[in-house]
Amino acid sequence: MDSYLTLLSFGDQGWSDEIAWGVLVTVTLALATLPVGLFIGFMIALGKQSEERSLRTAADIYTTIFRGLPELLTLFIVYYGLQIGIQLILKLVGLQGAIEINSFVAGVISLALVFSSYASEVFLSAFRAIPKGQYEGGYALGLRHGTVMKKIVLPQLIRIALPGLGNLWMILLKDTALVSAIGLTDILRQTGIAARVTKEAFLFFGIAFILYLVLALISSIALNRLEAQGKRGEQRQ
Amino acid sequence: MSYVTETLVAAQPAPPPPPKAWAAARISGTLLMLFWIAALAGLVFYLYTAWDIDKIERYGPKFLSGLQTTLTLVGISIALGAVLSLPVTLGRMSKNPVIGGLAFAYVYIFRGTPLIAQLFLIYYGLGSFREQLQAVGLWVFFRDAWNCALFAFTLNTAAYQAEILRGAIDSVPRGQWEGAEALGLNRIQTFWKIILPQALIVALRPYGNEIILMIKGSAIVALVTVFDLMGETRRAFSRTYDFQAYIWAAVFYFVMVEALRIVWERLEARLTRHLKR
Repeated sequence: MDSYLTLLSFGDQGWSDEIAWGVLVTVTLALATLPVGLFIGFMIALGKQSEERSLRTAADIYTTIFRGLPELLTLFIVYYGLQIGIQLILKLVGLQGAIEINSFVAGVISLALVFSSYASEVFLSAFRAIPKGQYEGGYALGLRHGTVMKKIVLPQLIRIALPGLGNLWMILLKDTALVSAIGLTDILRQTGIAARVTKEAFLFFGIAFILYLVLALISSIALNRLEAQGKRGEQRQ
Repeated sequence: MSYVTETLVAAQPAPPPPPKAWAAARISGTLLMLFWIAALAGLVFYLYTAWDIDKIERYGPKFLSGLQTTLTLVGISIALGAVLSLPVTLGRMSKNPVIGGLAFAYVYIFRGTPLIAQLFLIYYGLGSFREQLQAVGLWVFFRDAWNCALFAFTLNTAAYQAEILRGAIDSVPRGQWEGAEALGLNRIQTFWKIILPQALIVALRPYGNEIILMIKGSAIVALVTVFDLMGETRRAFSRTYDFQAYIWAAVFYFVMVEALRIVWERLEARLTRHLKR
C-alpha cells in the first residue's frame, strides 16, 4: 500500500506531477480547439444555408470528408502530411533541412477539422429552428443584415445549439486522448509512461480512466448550468 | 381601375430579373469549389505519380487483409454489443433503484471515457492481474490484443446502443402500451410485437451512426498491435516512409463510411415507406 502512495506522490519518486501536467495538456488542447472549431463550424453552417449553390456544395464536401475519416487517421495525415508538405515547399524555395511540426498544433488543427464538421450540422439545424419572421421583423425595423444576425439571430441560435454543442464538447474531450499517439504529453501518454516504467499498468491506466471520467463529470455539470442559464428567459410551468 | 391604367398604359410584362451579381457568396463559393476540384486533381495526380507496382504488390494484399480485420472486429463487436445492450436497457428502464443505478453507472462510465483509454486499461492494465487470470483460465483470452479490442469495443458499443434503444423505446407513446393492455396482451407480447418494432424504426438512424462511429473508432486498435486497416497503414508507412499509405487508408475508410451511409439511407427509406404519404 505504501508503495502505491509513493508512486502517486508528487516529486521525484511519484508520478502525480507528471500526470497533473498531462491533465493540463489535455484540458488546454480541448480549450484551444474549441474556439477554432466553433468558428469554422459556424462559417461552414453559413455556407450550407447560403442561397449560392457552389457555396453549399463546397461546405457539404468539407463535412462529408471530415466526418468520413477516422479521427486518428486525420491526426496522422495532418501531422505527417504538414511536415512533408512544408518540407516540399521549402525545397522548392531552395531551403534544406528537416522541419518538425509541433504536435500540439497538429492536434489542434485535426481536432478542429473534425469538431467543426460536426458543429456545422448542429449550427445548421439551429438556424433552421429560427423562424423566418425573426429576420423579416428585423429588416422591417430597418436593421442591416449584420445587425439582424448579431442582435436577433445569434442569441437565439446559441441557446438552441447549446445541447448539441455540449455533446460535441464531450466528444472533443474524449478525442484529445488520440494525440498521445503523436507524442503529445497528455493524460494517456503520461500515465502510459508511468505504467511502462513502474510496471503498474492497471493502476496508472485506471487513473487515466478516472481522470477522463472526472473531466466528463465536471463538463456535464458546467454544461447543465449553462443550459439552465440559457433557458432562464423561458416561461416556467 | 383608373383612367391611366386602362387607357394610357397597356399591361406590361414583368421586367426581366437583373443579372445575378457576383456577390461575396458567389465569389467565395466558386473559389472554394475550385479549391476542392484542385485538391481532388492534386490527389489523383499524386497517387498517379506515386504509383509503384512493387509497393502495391507487396502492401496491397496486406491492406485488404487489414480491411477484413477491421470489418470483422466491428461486425462482431456491434452484434455482441447489441445482445449485451438488451439487459442494460432493461436495467436502465427498471424501477428498482439499485438495478437502475448500476445500469446508469455502466452507461455513464463507458460513454464518459475515451474508447482508447478503455482499450489500454483492458489490454495493458489486465496484464497486472496475469497470475489471477491464469488461475481462472482467462489469460489465454486476454493475452491476445485482438480479443482485448473485441472485448473493449463490445462493452463500449453496448453502452451506446443501450442509450439508443432506451431513447427509442421511450419515444413510443404510452397509448401503445395502454391499447395493447386493453386488447388483453401481456407485457412481454406487447413489448416484442408492438413496442419494439416501432422503437427500432426510431432507432434505425442512430444505429447507423453508431456503426459508422465504430468503424472510425476501430482505427485505434492499431496502437495495441492489431493489424487492422490502420495498423497495416502504419506498418507500410514505417517501412517505406511513403505518405501515399495514409492517403490510401483515407480512401478506404472514406469509401467504407460513405457506402454504409448510402446503404443505410436506402434501408431507412425502404423500412419507413409506410410512414410517408
